[in-house]
This record gives sequence, C-alpha cells and structure tokens, in this order.
Amino acid sequence: MTGKRRLERHSGEAVLALVLLALPLLLPNAYAYDIAVNAGFNAMVCVGLNLLIGYAGQISLGHAAFFGLGAYASGILTTRYGWPPLAALVCGAAGVGLLSWLLARPVLRLRGHFLAMATLGIGIIISIALNTESWLTGGSDGLMVGDFSVLGRTLSGDRAWYAVVAVLLLVTVSMSRNLIDSPVGRALRALHGSEVAAEVAGIDTARCKVLVFVLSAVLASIVGSLFVHYAGMITPARAGFMRSIELVTMVVFGGMASTYGAVIGAAILTALPQLLTAFEDYETMIFGAIMVGTMIFMPRGLLVTLAGCRWLPRRPAP
Amino acid sequence: MSVLSSAVTAAFGGVLAVLLSFTGSGALASGAVAETIKIGSFLSVTGGASFLGDPEKKTLELEIAAINRQGGINGRLLDLVVYDDGGAADKAASFVKRLIESDQVDVLVGGSTTATTMAAVPLAEKAGIPLVSLAGAVVIVEPVKTWVFKTPHTDRLAAEKIFEDLRKRGLLKIGLISEDAGFGKSGHDQSLLVARNFGIEIAADEVYSAKDPDTTAQLTKIRNTPGVAALFNFGFGQGPAVVTRNVRQLGLTVPFYQSHGVASKAFIALVGAAGEGIRLPASALAVAGQLPDGDPQKPVVLRFQQAYAEAYKTEASTFAGYAYDALHMVVEAAGRAGGVDKAKLRDELERTKNFVGTTGVFTMSPSDHMGLSLSSFHLVEIKNGDWVLLD
Amino acid sequence: MSSAFLQYLFSGLTIGSIYALAGLGFSIIYNASHVINFAQGEFIMIGAMATVSLTGLGLPLAAAIALAVAATVLVGAAVARFAIMPARGASPVTLIIITIGTSVFLRGAAQVLWGKGYHALPSFSGDTPFVVMGATLLPQSLWVLGTTLAVIAGLGWFFGRTLYGKAMLATSCNRLAAQLVGIRVSGVLLAAFALAALLGAVGGIVMTPITFTSSEAGIMLGLKGFSAAVLGGLGNGAGAILGGLIVGVAEAMSAGYLSSAYKEATAFAIILFVLLFMPRGLLGQPGSERV
Repeated sequence: MTGKRRLERHSGEAVLALVLLALPLLLPNAYAYDIAVNAGFNAMVCVGLNLLIGYAGQISLGHAAFFGLGAYASGILTTRYGWPPLAALVCGAAGVGLLSWLLARPVLRLRGHFLAMATLGIGIIISIALNTESWLTGGSDGLMVGDFSVLGRTLSGDRAWYAVVAVLLLVTVSMSRNLIDSPVGRALRALHGSEVAAEVAGIDTARCKVLVFVLSAVLASIVGSLFVHYAGMITPARAGFMRSIELVTMVVFGGMASTYGAVIGAAILTALPQLLTAFEDYETMIFGAIMVGTMIFMPRGLLVTLAGCRWLPRRPAP
Repeated sequence: MSVLSSAVTAAFGGVLAVLLSFTGSGALASGAVAETIKIGSFLSVTGGASFLGDPEKKTLELEIAAINRQGGINGRLLDLVVYDDGGAADKAASFVKRLIESDQVDVLVGGSTTATTMAAVPLAEKAGIPLVSLAGAVVIVEPVKTWVFKTPHTDRLAAEKIFEDLRKRGLLKIGLISEDAGFGKSGHDQSLLVARNFGIEIAADEVYSAKDPDTTAQLTKIRNTPGVAALFNFGFGQGPAVVTRNVRQLGLTVPFYQSHGVASKAFIALVGAAGEGIRLPASALAVAGQLPDGDPQKPVVLRFQQAYAEAYKTEASTFAGYAYDALHMVVEAAGRAGGVDKAKLRDELERTKNFVGTTGVFTMSPSDHMGLSLSSFHLVEIKNGDWVLLD
Repeated sequence: MSSAFLQYLFSGLTIGSIYALAGLGFSIIYNASHVINFAQGEFIMIGAMATVSLTGLGLPLAAAIALAVAATVLVGAAVARFAIMPARGASPVTLIIITIGTSVFLRGAAQVLWGKGYHALPSFSGDTPFVVMGATLLPQSLWVLGTTLAVIAGLGWFFGRTLYGKAMLATSCNRLAAQLVGIRVSGVLLAAFALAALLGAVGGIVMTPITFTSSEAGIMLGLKGFSAAVLGGLGNGAGAILGGLIVGVAEAMSAGYLSSAYKEATAFAIILFVLLFMPRGLLGQPGSERV
C-alpha cells in the first residue's frame, strides 16, 4: 500500500481527531460539554450499530437494551456489591456478549420485518425485566451510581470525561474502519448485497452475522457502563424501545454504511432535542417530522447524500 | 473514504460546534439581566405525571406575573425558566444541569415527582443551590439534605392520616394496592412501616405499573383474601383512576381510600361516578370553601383559587398549591435574605416560620425541611363529584 | 377458583378484541404494500382522543364518534399519501423508520392539539356490571366484543363481495397482475391505510370507557397489535383476529396466575416464540423467496 493511499484511508480519522481537539474551544460551559459527551457516547454505540445495519444489512430495534444491561451491570455491581468499576464493566460486557451470542443465532435467521420485530421483542422484554426487578435494579425510579475510578484515580468532571470519550470515539471509529476493510468486512458487504450469493461464494453468513451482532452489542454494553458512571444514574427508560429507535434513527439519518455518517447522525440528533426545547410543545412533532422527512428525501442518510451532491467536485472513480 | 468526505465531516463538526455553542450561550434561554431573581423549574408537564406538572407550571407563571406586576421583590423582578422532563428522571437530571450551568438560575423549584426530584438532589447538593421539591415521598427530606426542601405532605403522613381513620372505624385488616415505582412504591413502603403503630394489618399487597390499563387481576386477588375490610390505593396519575374503575367493575364495596396523589378534580372527572365515597387526605385548597372562618389558611386558599380560576377557567388542584407554596416561600425567603446569594437564601428558607400556604402552615427547621404536620392534612370524601371535609 | 379464571378470561377477551382490530389493521396494510405500519397504535389513539374532545365540545356521542372516525380515516389516508407513497421502493429499514417517525409525529400533534392529560368517555350503556358465574362483565366489554364482530363481518363482506375489496385482495396477491387487469394500485394503498385507520379508531373508541386514553396510549397498543398480527400470520386477517384474542387472554392469564408485573412482557414473549419457532404464524401460508 502506497503512502498516499494510507493517508487517504486514515484522513477521515485525522479530520475527526482535529474536530474533537478543536471542539472544546467552542464549548462555553459545562452544560455544552454534557451534550458533547452524550453525543460521543451515542456516536460510539451508533458506530457499532452501523456495522450491523449499514454494512451487514440487518436491523436491531432493541440495541438500547444492551446499552442498558451494561449500564445496570456496572451500576449494580459497583453500588450493591462494591466491585471496582473496571471489573464491573468487563463483567457486564462479558455477560452481554454471552447473551447476545445466545440470542444471535436463532434470531438472525430471520429477515426484514421479522428480524426487526424479534429484536424489538427482546429489547422490550429486557427493559421490562429491568423495570420489574426493582429489588435489584431500583425499578423505574432507577439507580444512582458513583464515579468511575481505576487504579485509585477517579474520573470526574466534564472536561476529563470529554477527553476520555473523544479518545474512545477515535479508537472505536478506527477499529470499525479496520473491520470494514478486512476480509470480515468484505464478507459483510457481500452478505448485505445478497445473502444467498454470499453463501454460494463460500462465506459463512451465519457466523458473520452473529459476529457483528455480538460485537455491536458488546460495544453498546461498554458504552453503557461508562455512561452510567458519567451520568450518575440509570433508569430503565434508557434501555427501552424509544431509545432503540433513536439509535437506529441516528445511524440511518447520518448515513448507512458510513462510519462517519453514524458519528454525525449521533452528534446532530443528540444536540437537536436540546435546541427543540425552545419550541417546547412542538418538540415531539418536529422530531417525528425530521425522522420522516430525512427518510423520504435523503433515504441513504445525510452524509452519503451530501457526498453524492452534484455541485461538489467529485473524485474520479477508481 | 475520500478526502472530500472527510472535509464534509469537518464541516459538519464545525456546524455542530456552532449549534452547541448556540445552546450553551443561553441565547435561547431568557435574557440574563443582573437584577433579577432567576427561578429554574423542571416539571413533568407531559407524560404520566401531567396531572401534577401542568397545574404546577401554570401556577408558577401566574404567580410570578402577579409578583412582577407589583414590582418584584426589593426591586428585583422574577425570571422563570421552565423545562418539561416528561416524568423521566434522567431527562430531569439533564435539565437540572442545564438550569444550573447554562441558565445560571438562583434557585430550583421542582420536580413534580419523587423520581425526578431524587435525580436532581445530588446535582443541587453538589452545586450548592437551594431546591424546593413539589413531590411527595418522605425520602426527599429524610435524611435531611442541606439544600433540599419540599412543600407537599409526605407519603408517610398520608398513610398515618388514613390509618387513623381506619382505626376509628374499626377496619383493621386492609388490602393495599400500589404503583410499583416512585410515590406509589414509597407510599407502599411507608404504609408497611407505620401500619403496626395504628394496629392495622395489611393482609393483601398487590402492585401495578403506571401504564397498566387493567388491574382486575390484582384486585381479584385482593377480593379473594379473607377478612379484608378496606382497600387502600397508593399512586398518582392514570393508575388510581384505572384501579377505581376496576373496583366498581368488580363490585367491590369495601371502604376505599386513596392517597393525596389523586387530590385533583381531574381525577374525579376521570373516574366519574365510580369515585363516590372514596376517602383521601387533602390539603386545605381542596375544601377551601368548607374551612371554618377562623382558619388562617382560608383567605390564602380562596384568593389563590379565585386567581387561578380567572386565569385558567379551571379549578386549582392541590398540586397547583404545592407550586404556589414553593414559590411564595422562596420569594419571602429572598426578601428576608436581601439578595440572590444562594447560601443566604437557603438559610432563610430553613428559617421559614408559620408561613401560611395553601398546603398548610409551614415551619421549617434544620431537622425538618418539609415543615408540615398531620394537623394540616384534612380527611375528605368524594360526594357528588366534589370534596367534602370530614374533620 | 373458576370465577377468577372467568374474570381473567373476560378481561383478556375484551382487550384481545382491541389487539385483534389493531392486528387486522396491520395485516391489511401489509397485504397492500408490504409496509409494517408502526403508526397503527396512533390511529387507535386519535380515534379515541378526537371523540373525547368532540364530546367535550358538546356534540352528542354518536355524532362525535362518527366525526372522530372520519377524521382518523383522513389522517390514515394522509399518512399513506405523504409518508408512505413518496418512499416507494425504499429499503425495509427506511420504511420502518418512516412509520415510526410518523407515529412520533402524530403523537406530538396529539399532544399539541389535545393536551397531555388522561381522558375518559362515558360507558355506552351504563356501568353496572353483569355477574356471570361469579365473575363480573362490564356492559362496555360487550360493546367491544360486539363491535369487533360487526367490524369483522363488515370486512368479510367487503373483501368477499365487493369489487373494491376484491381488487385489494388481488393487489396483495400479485401487484403486477393486478395492474395488468386494470386495478389502480396506488388507490389500493390509500384505501388500505384508510381502512386500517377506521379499524384502529373504532377499537380505540369502544375501549376508552374501560381503559382511559391519552396521547401516549398508542405506543403499546400498536406494538401488541403487531404481535397479534405476526402470531396469526402476517397478512392473514383471520389470523390477526385469532392472534389478538390469544395475546389478550394470555396477558390476562399471566397477570392473574403468574405475575402482574410481567404482564406487558407476555405479548413480546409470544412474539419471540412465534418468530423463532413458527415464523409463518398460526394461519400463515408458507412463502417462497426469490433469489
């Protein structure tokens, strides 16, 4: 691989790194940092979800449940049982990995609406369980959780968290791009194109689908574990149906099959509700209209549509 | 991924940063003028607790406008920033962060529910800003937190009031049906705690969730428990209305008690004739006209009821009264404190003595951040679609 | 404890009828366009809320119901025209997001229009319950069951005897062939949505005297209606009805005998079971997939 190609391949990450470095100069107060950190968390989950939806062509309407499970695992183990946060995070991720692996094989045999409904059902059942087992989870009032600390050093404060999230986001994006350009990634894209053709070509489609499902679920769990320490609390609503829909919307809005699209989608749709509070009563309506509008007029997502814009100079096809 | 797309990414990063700075600078929040007292409020105007949050918001707007028309406090006008948390605790937490850091309010009034309040408590404590809650559970003020106060009666007081009446009527074995979260759950726990003090035995204990459209299964189980002489429902919003209807549907005729979570005409409108005969504890505001003339609360509640009815064409519920009390207590404390210094404001709030509000006569102290006793709670019964004072 | 069993059965059948109507709505739309309309629950909500506000304005109940149903039908047609038709040929994920976005939009509009509180309707024929072998049955439950039967009979006549109904069936069988024989398939899509909106509205209205309504009422109802449709076999009308009743009764029984806390999970557990072990549903046809 020539130096030029390598530069091109990593140019996106470089730009993202620059943006993340420059952003604090524009953030005026801790509240704005709060939005940025939350956008970063959402972006990480969306990058993982994008691998599943955009590249592998599957769908999951229950991903917030994995996020929630990671968050609750961390919350419960650290608050009720005194585990160190990092250990709790790893345990949560392992648990979610196991659960998603067990669920993945039977569920990913389904397609289209049926897959959507199955993942929806799983997500809802998990969020109901989180709501009901209040002896463990605190029920619908939620759970209050302490700070994240590792090796005796505590992570607290918006700026510190921003730095951590920015780094982790870069790592996640980098790993995702790596995966996409690897044989597994190509197998996924083949699968997306036509599952039968991919199988005929010798790809173990079931294994690929399970792999990317588990990967995105574990990523969501890790983000959930971090989130709960940042926010100081978790409620079952965070694992619910509407949150899953928000995540899918972020991925699809930003641009499917585009890692940076997922990041942009997450960032914009995290900041948007904050802007909409000015419209108070109309907030829900506007959000719904945006969802419908973008899907009708930009069905491949914001970034992909813009990149294909006619008035921008095009790079000649390779 | 071409360099072009990366450039587009960067452009969007820039746009996003601008958007963020837009929200952050408070350009959308009300103008920051130095000589005002900024009151930040997070209420459940929509969602399951809209019974509570909607009248609370209306009250704050009404009363603040009235105070400002009269020149404010010591020449300072009041400035209100309200966010709707929809009853979700994590949304409440994020709005409280916004109120404290972006809108830079001087005092917090809210949340409407226990869950939203408890999410805000650590933020208020950390930032050192007084918080006057409009929610019911006793856990908000027990153990006492430096910066947190509340105006409604606690769930424990409600349980005690009901148990007092039950003991008087000789109904010692009861069935309890409560919501599985928030105020209902806390009320359930408090009921279990104080029942023995009154000689009451809770023979059946069922729960339902806030969105449950049907509780006949739970009520059937209670009905089939031998010896149950009365029914007690702890909750607010849609739940108690569903329970009430189901009670009539199943033909259960035992005496039926509710908590003050339903002390609003909206509840009666929802359940209609099924509500007849229900007993519950309520504040003076519910039975304003029936108070004896010597009651110090009577002029206050009558005036408020009239102002509210004039402005909104509907009766002020006890929840509106909580907001009224919180606001006026804060206003009086600010007057005594002579400024917006948060610590001074907090101290003056704690020094509130014999403040005549709509919910009762408040006297706060370092060990009591609620300020009300059992005597300010009145037992009422629903008769002919209206509240009737019983004690 | 047979009176308790009967009690659960009655409440299960009542709520199950609403799920059946919702499921029918899903099936009709799916048949006409292979779109899963996640906004079905909002049709139920709009019918109910419109009736409440119209009676609040002073209209007699019957007129309010008629107007509310008509309004919901218009909303359904509007959804078809402005949200679904412009997105013809989009990927399944996109369509799902569109219908979910529509449901969010409708919910927001309902909040703006009708406020955020809960509302009730008076029971159509009084509140005195009948006692049947130790269990009580509300007159309104009979209204629900009766209306559902009437609607089903009406649909049966519509699809089986009228030309337009048969045209809709033909479109769902094979779109191209239907076009070739001269059926206006775009009209069929509109009609399907209008019909589904009608079913939803009717269900919502008869149910509101029993369980209240609010702008949030649509979400769960829609999802459970979908469970019913998939259980019965997506696209199969009789299946949707059967599915709805089964889901409703299963819910009531699990609340009564197992745990009232997990009641809501029942419908989704059923759905998972069906999808994993018999994805065609109870009455669905085995399909084939073009490669």
